[in-house]
Amino acid sequence: MTSPQAATPAAAPPGEDDVLVRVENLVKYFPIRGPGLLARTVGHVQAVDGVSLELRRGQTLGLVGETGSGKTTLARCIAGLIPITSGRVIFDGHDIAGLSRRAMRPYRRDIQMIFQDPYGSLNPRRRVGSIIGDPFAVHHTASGAARKRAIQELMERVGLNPEHYNRFPAEFSGGQRQRIGLARALALRPKLIIADEPVSALDVSIQAQILNLLADLQNDFGLTYLFIAHDLEVVRHVSNQVTVMYLGRICEQGPKDPVYEKPRHPYTAALLSAAPAADPDAAAARQRIILTGDIPSPINPPSGCRFHPRCPKAQDLCHEQDPPLETKPGDAPEHQTACHFPVQPGEDLTTTSTIAAADASAGTGGEGSSLTGGAA
Amino acid sequence: MSLLEVRDLRVSFRTADGVVRAVRGVSFDVDAGRTIGIVGESGSGKTVLTQTLLGLTPGAEVSGQAVFDGTDLLALDEEQMRRVRGAQIAVIFQDPLTSLHPLYKVGWQISEMIRSHDKSVSKAAAAEKSVELLDRVGIPHPRQRVNDYPHQFSGGMRQRAMIAMALSLSPKLIIADEPTTALDATVQAQILDLLLRLQRDSDTALIMITHDLGVVADIADEVLVMYAGRAAEIASKRDIFYRPHHPYTKGLLESIPNSSAGAARLRPITGQPPSLINVPSGCAFHPRCAYVMDKCLTDEPVLTPVGEDGFHQSACWLPVSAAGLSEEAEEARKRSVGEARGEAAAKVAEEIADRPEAEGSVIA
Repeated sequence: MTSPQAATPAAAPPGEDDVLVRVENLVKYFPIRGPGLLARTVGHVQAVDGVSLELRRGQTLGLVGETGSGKTTLARCIAGLIPITSGRVIFDGHDIAGLSRRAMRPYRRDIQMIFQDPYGSLNPRRRVGSIIGDPFAVHHTASGAARKRAIQELMERVGLNPEHYNRFPAEFSGGQRQRIGLARALALRPKLIIADEPVSALDVSIQAQILNLLADLQNDFGLTYLFIAHDLEVVRHVSNQVTVMYLGRICEQGPKDPVYEKPRHPYTAALLSAAPAADPDAAAARQRIILTGDIPSPINPPSGCRFHPRCPKAQDLCHEQDPPLETKPGDAPEHQTACHFPVQPGEDLTTTSTIAAADASAGTGGEGSSLTGGAA
Repeated sequence: MSLLEVRDLRVSFRTADGVVRAVRGVSFDVDAGRTIGIVGESGSGKTVLTQTLLGLTPGAEVSGQAVFDGTDLLALDEEQMRRVRGAQIAVIFQDPLTSLHPLYKVGWQISEMIRSHDKSVSKAAAAEKSVELLDRVGIPHPRQRVNDYPHQFSGGMRQRAMIAMALSLSPKLIIADEPTTALDATVQAQILDLLLRLQRDSDTALIMITHDLGVVADIADEVLVMYAGRAAEIASKRDIFYRPHHPYTKGLLESIPNSSAGAARLRPITGQPPSLINVPSGCAFHPRCAYVMDKCLTDEPVLTPVGEDGFHQSACWLPVSAAGLSEEAEEARKRSVGEARGEAAAKVAEEIADRPEAEGSVIA
């Protein structure tokens, strides 16, 4: 999936034509209702809180973050599966946020999703051919013999035996079921595929098969991918751009190499250092930044920078002010970081390693973790 | 003598579809204070293997030996096993939410574990011990937290509570079955860090079952690679990662995206893992092996030494010189295949090359 773009250095910002999807300041709050008949809203889960990003045509944006970071909610908002609270989603030049079901319909053909669980996303009582053929039926594009031919072509394209048209999902292995999901997603020749953890349920050897297939399909059909995964090596392998989310906000984004090689946000640095590398020497040499506690609740996110209760570099300013997402001096123009005190090259954040964890809930942060840290 | 010596362990289950041979003759040792990583894909038998050691596979036909601290675990009756399980061998499972009882307080569950093995401990003493244990595994405010229910804990904290429970009786061996698979990366790092530290403090032996080679690279001393119920390769961690001999081990390593290799295409192992009801003849890996030779179709290879340390063993017909990821090793593999691939193996190799996912993988 390392497309020709990978060779081009961070050049001028892309023109409007290069951008397939532009998300502007997207906010998604889920109301929490109180008890009783009138069910007053007593609070909000701030799942996504002011996210802006761009998906470029024919490229892959990797979206990384832990459970509760809002990455799946963001994906569902972009796909138009759930209404957004505010913001804009501009797809191919049109704002599709807030469109009625009817008005949204033509765009649904262009945006398809594949899911993590190939078992749960296929109806076990229907034959594979009819599952893959659903999009044709829904959008009235092909029927009868033409539909069957199209389905069998799709099956062949994703590496399934077209003769297995009449089998049930249970007769396929996990990797093959993910191929079925892909065939269904490809049926209407979409422009954007949103893949939510598409390989995390698969064994390593099968995972590689699916990643290669995704790369081939991207080349053949000029697809744009939004690729969500928690496995950082997988994301690095498939992506051109990477966005790191934490508690509903973007903490860092940019072309993958600068983000991976020179992370500026302490959270990105911690995430990268925590990812297990399948190389004993690298694992032994690496200094792990062990974060304390867990990700806080998105109902009552911490004030200021949302990462500050777990951040080894947090200072008073971080409690008070929300850092803007901006390009830091010396970074590539598209490499943006939301941090008051970005990580300096060679800076050691590991001195704070402790299992006597600070309380995960907001407010008590910073204890035992005030670092020697130099301000930017 | 090692703390645990497993010899030729075989486990099979009778099912309506036929006999599932989940473990087909596995031997390994675990020493005090050491960590052995057991790696394999779904259905390789790694979980059945360890559950059998603890008598958690009722209805299975089991043969072989598993001598733990002088007693054969496989010969124990239910009551004797109950005394070993928890007290001397503790288990940590993947999903801490289903292994903790939702209706009892976390502290009570730890106390119960202590008191069920030693009735002489008073309730108050057991409760006090639970607080200590929660503190030891890094749960903040343990005195208040013992009174929480499991749902009030986050995933990482539940796994810490499971570890606290596993430690409660100071076992000699801990079996951790994918303990971090359900956790986020930063929490996984916390838990691995904790396990390593506790192990160092108390000289406990650890069996770490995982599909994640990254976890193995991090914490294992020795590694056992399983395929279709058998040991494909066993070696020190460094040998497994830098001098793999078995094509399956090599294939696993090459399947992982690796930024430093910078390859645009991954090299997956083609095909699917076999059914354990109809295990392929000869070497079970032969229908997926790029280096298949005639012998592999008929004769099942056994573990043989392939390294200088005598410990590194591989169950593969390729010569010793085929160990490693170097060009010389690849030459050695190709040479053997050139000499020993007849018509039958050539046919299998052709099928492998014809699979849609084979494009870009090495076919000798």
